[in-house]
Amino acid sequence: MREKDYRLSSAVRGGLLFVRGVPGVALGDRVAVRDHAGRIRNGQVIRTSDEVVLVQVFEGTDGLDLERTWTRFLEQPFEIGLSRELMGRIFNGVGQPRDDRPPLVSGIRRNVNGSPMNPVARTRPREFIQTGISTIDGLYSLVRGQKLPIFSGPGLPHNRLAAQIVRQSRIIGAQARFAVVFAAMGVSYADARFFQEDFERDGVLGNVVMYINLADDPTIERLILPRTALTAAEYLAYDLGMHVMVILTDITNYAEALREVAMARGDVPARKGYPGYLYSDLAEIFERAGRIRNRGGSITMMPVLSMPSDDITHPIPDLTGYITEGQIVLSRELHGQGIYPPVDLLPSLSRVMKDGIGAGETREDHPRVANQIYASYARAIEVRNLASIIGTEDLSETDRQYLEFAKLIEKRLVTQGEDEDRSIVETLTIAWQLLSLLPPDELTRVREADLAKYHRREQSAEVP
Amino acid sequence: MNAAGPGRIVEVNGPIVTVNLPQVTIGEQVRVGELALVGEVIERDGERAVVQIYESTESLAPGQTAIPLGHPLAAELGPGLLGNIFDGLQRPLTKILELSGDRIARGLTVAPLDRARQWHFEPAAGLGAGSTVAAGAVLGTVPETETIIHRILVPPDVSGVLVNLAPAGDYNVEQVIAQVRDGDRVEHPLKLYHRWPVRTARPYGRRDQAGVPLITGQRVLDTFFPLLKGGRAAVPGAFGAGKTMVQQQIARWSNAGIMIYLGCGERGNELVEILETFPQLTDPYTGRLLMERTLLVANTSNMPVVAREASIYMGVTLAEYYRDQGYDVVMVADSISRWAEALREVAGRLEQMPVEEGHPAYLASRLATFYERAGRVQTLAGGYGSVSLIGAVSPPGGDFSEPVTSHTKEIVQTFWALSKELADARHYPAIDWTESYSGYVDTAANWWAENVDRHWSARRAEALSLLLQSDELARIVNLVGPEALSPAQRWVLEGAALLKEGLLQQSALDEVDSFCSPDRQFTLLDLLLDLYHQGRNLIDVGVPVQRLLQLPVLGRARRAKSVYSNGQMVELRAFAAEVRDAFQPLHLEYASTRENSA
Ligand SMILES: Nc1ncnc2c1ncn2[C@@H]1O[C@H](COP(=O)(O)OP(=O)(O)OP(=O)(O)O)[C@@H](O)[C@H]1O
Ligand SMILES: Nc1ncnc2c1ncn2[C@@H]1O[C@H](COP(=O)(O)OP(=O)(O)O)[C@@H](O)[C@H]1O
Ligand SMILES: [Mg+2]
Ligand SMILES: [Mg+2]
Repeated sequence: MREKDYRLSSAVRGGLLFVRGVPGVALGDRVAVRDHAGRIRNGQVIRTSDEVVLVQVFEGTDGLDLERTWTRFLEQPFEIGLSRELMGRIFNGVGQPRDDRPPLVSGIRRNVNGSPMNPVARTRPREFIQTGISTIDGLYSLVRGQKLPIFSGPGLPHNRLAAQIVRQSRIIGAQARFAVVFAAMGVSYADARFFQEDFERDGVLGNVVMYINLADDPTIERLILPRTALTAAEYLAYDLGMHVMVILTDITNYAEALREVAMARGDVPARKGYPGYLYSDLAEIFERAGRIRNRGGSITMMPVLSMPSDDITHPIPDLTGYITEGQIVLSRELHGQGIYPPVDLLPSLSRVMKDGIGAGETREDHPRVANQIYASYARAIEVRNLASIIGTEDLSETDRQYLEFAKLIEKRLVTQGEDEDRSIVETLTIAWQLLSLLPPDELTRVREADLAKYHRREQSAEVP
Repeated sequence: MNAAGPGRIVEVNGPIVTVNLPQVTIGEQVRVGELALVGEVIERDGERAVVQIYESTESLAPGQTAIPLGHPLAAELGPGLLGNIFDGLQRPLTKILELSGDRIARGLTVAPLDRARQWHFEPAAGLGAGSTVAAGAVLGTVPETETIIHRILVPPDVSGVLVNLAPAGDYNVEQVIAQVRDGDRVEHPLKLYHRWPVRTARPYGRRDQAGVPLITGQRVLDTFFPLLKGGRAAVPGAFGAGKTMVQQQIARWSNAGIMIYLGCGERGNELVEILETFPQLTDPYTGRLLMERTLLVANTSNMPVVAREASIYMGVTLAEYYRDQGYDVVMVADSISRWAEALREVAGRLEQMPVEEGHPAYLASRLATFYERAGRVQTLAGGYGSVSLIGAVSPPGGDFSEPVTSHTKEIVQTFWALSKELADARHYPAIDWTESYSGYVDTAANWWAENVDRHWSARRAEALSLLLQSDELARIVNLVGPEALSPAQRWVLEGAALLKEGLLQQSALDEVDSFCSPDRQFTLLDLLLDLYHQGRNLIDVGVPVQRLLQLPVLGRARRAKSVYSNGQMVELRAFAAEVRDAFQPLHLEYASTRENSA
């Protein structure tokens, strides 16, 4: 009965409404807030007692006054409608159309919060996805169901890289049904446009669902947007059996919105003002990636985040790295040298690649080659640092070979065109050409048999 | 505890629910709302009680009922635990999958132990009606898995005279197998299982000195920073540094009697990895499937935080229970930081005063109380058992000065510090030899001397000192270049590099090297040091470092760990002899040049 009642609120602060005198409201319930102009805003109950109910308003509380704002408790959880008609559509964070087309008509409704996947229902991500990008395929392989973020910064080409991955990704040999769920939180109009045009050019727009919250859209909506998007992704993956790639950008904007609400609520901050529950909150989002046993589909997730001040120890990249299955770190230094994609090899990592590469998946020597490249490149960077202090004169012959190796890794393996789609075999071939710059005795991560088969000392001179 | 009548919900604030229940006690379980979600009382304030709920509180509303259950969170302890995976409340996740599908539904109650399964019970020899049984005594045994004999214990809070004891036969866990009459003439029916409140340490006879190293098969752990059975260790490290890998390697290869893997606020896929790989792996000591001695407790990062907080107590209670049966139990907990965060979240909701980075003042004491449950003991039954606790720590920003790492450091004796720099250079396991320490080296030395080689202690110290010397020299090189070093000093750098590659680095993914037996650990250590010394002698007679580096045995020595398996010790020793001989020609050459020039 309460449903019909409109209530006045007693206080409004930083995206939150405080409503008194409505006992018995359930946590998480949906709220309709009618502002002075008669427009309806979407809210959700985030704390409730007999005396006061706290409502988070996704469109924000800007312009709300206490006299002409009416709140209605809908007595239903925050659900969205789902159907096949999702594909090709554009929505906002609460699932309302942004593309001037009618809302979805649908019988299926799901709570945007989902519910935790039972770990025993999962199966390990293990199918190699060829992205055509050498650094990723060769060194930080992406596998179906993995969550692999791009750690970036303002001005770095994370969008171009993410778009290239979406464009080129396919699983060798299999033309599976795929979908892209694109979730944008606080991104610029230009960035959103960039992706949209890219999908269009690629002719995949019909396989893409977009959830968009732009930089000038309400910040609080960013808190629900990834949940809405992932609810759609789960439907596509597990109801319709599709392989879904989810791009979440930019996680930093999401975390900042969370901090804003936490501050307004008076939550105890942990680090840099972010609430202590940021880890669990992000995990609720990122852990929705994966594979489920005996289900056809999968959710592969590529969150993009910008590291504040390029600091990888900042709570946002830090907590993300603790949750995701690796990270692709972009380097401002490489970018400055005109290298695309500017992937920083040493701090990047893919934790689940071991199950997706090697004999039967990519090539038998792949895991060892990757290991050797990391190790030799790490050594080469040490030499480079040394050379920057003492000059190259005093370096040993081997050390000079390492310097050359580092340079060519960056130029030949890392660098590639935005439309260049390399096969994994091409990538491994380049890798061996580069390893052949070093004496075989230095290459202890590969087997003697690998050396015999692939190490071509004499060819190393030909590397341009 | 006596259950009182029902009350009502007053407030719902995230996982914290305030109810008006005047008679509940701290720790008591309360069931709330229409979904019958369970939680535990953490604060009392007059008429009101504050309950932390183990599941998501979405859809709970003020006014709904709250029913006190009259008992605290308790573990069911009996046969059928091994090989299983439980959540932090000991609900079997495989059963939950059958009941609610891929997603964990709320409000499910599932008995931890299978009620239908029959176990073959064999009463203990010499026990029967009229026998006096002490608390914790062994009533009989049940073969729980092929390798593990489950000892059925008199609960620690029961003792008296046996009124009767069931004969050998098959029983399910609910059948009464014994009646004990206590001093107050109260009869206690005993079953194959009993319950124990998880936040209370299980009693034991007395503490005993831990004396035997836990062999993990990981060289940098066993040889350099050993842990004893019954010891406490921490594995701190930034993300990607290798905490989980270290713990999974320990779970795979250590010579524990029982292994408990606690996934506390970490990734679901990491548990799946164990569930999918362990059933195929065999224990290097018994040759039996690893899963027979393993049990998992899982509260992944996307599962509710309050159950995460409870999960470490659930895990350690299960560990103590097998300890009380006389086993050496190892629990790896990944990660203690996530537990601390759960604690912090609840403290924050209760508006308790934060002291450091939002953590409550009682963080240090809770941590200490938890780790205190490790140890080797004489059990109530008179045998010996141990619980070793190995906790991962995930410091924000990889900064070891943060509260959880620094408090942990005061508690543990073995500190396996993972270095981001080593991990970035793919030196795995990335255990930093300068930051790490073990307070158990002297005790472990006795074991190594008796069982492997009496030179262990000296060799270990020598290797560590070579590594530290090399770090020192590397700093000089970075300032003024390698030319500043004498040939002997440059050979130190080479010797340390050899140790790092040939000994410290050990890939978990290398089939030959993933597990390294103590014998092979020492042989490799000895071989590499020998190589260093041989080279050093040659440098003294004027052989240039460059000449030494050209010796093919060097490359072979670096690879020896992946070439000679644990079963190929004869071949490895033959190679060690070859290493010695390889220097002979150079020796002769330079000795003669010297003579000629003299
Ligand atoms: N003494 C106890 N210590 C710990 N846990 C207990 C204890 N008694 C009961 N429980 C827990 O409560 C659950 C319910 O126990 P039991 O079935 O004995 O109670 P009940 O009153 O019949 O409950 P219900 O109304 O759900 O049937 C048990 O499965 C167990 O998890
Ligand atoms: N001993 C090891 N052998 C081989 N690879 C390792 C080892 N330890 C860590 N790694 C690599 O490092 C990655 C991250 O390790 P993980 O244990 O998941 O880190 P953490 O738990 O500290 O975040 C692994 O996925 C693996 O690629
Ligand atoms: Mg009952
Ligand atoms: Mg980990």
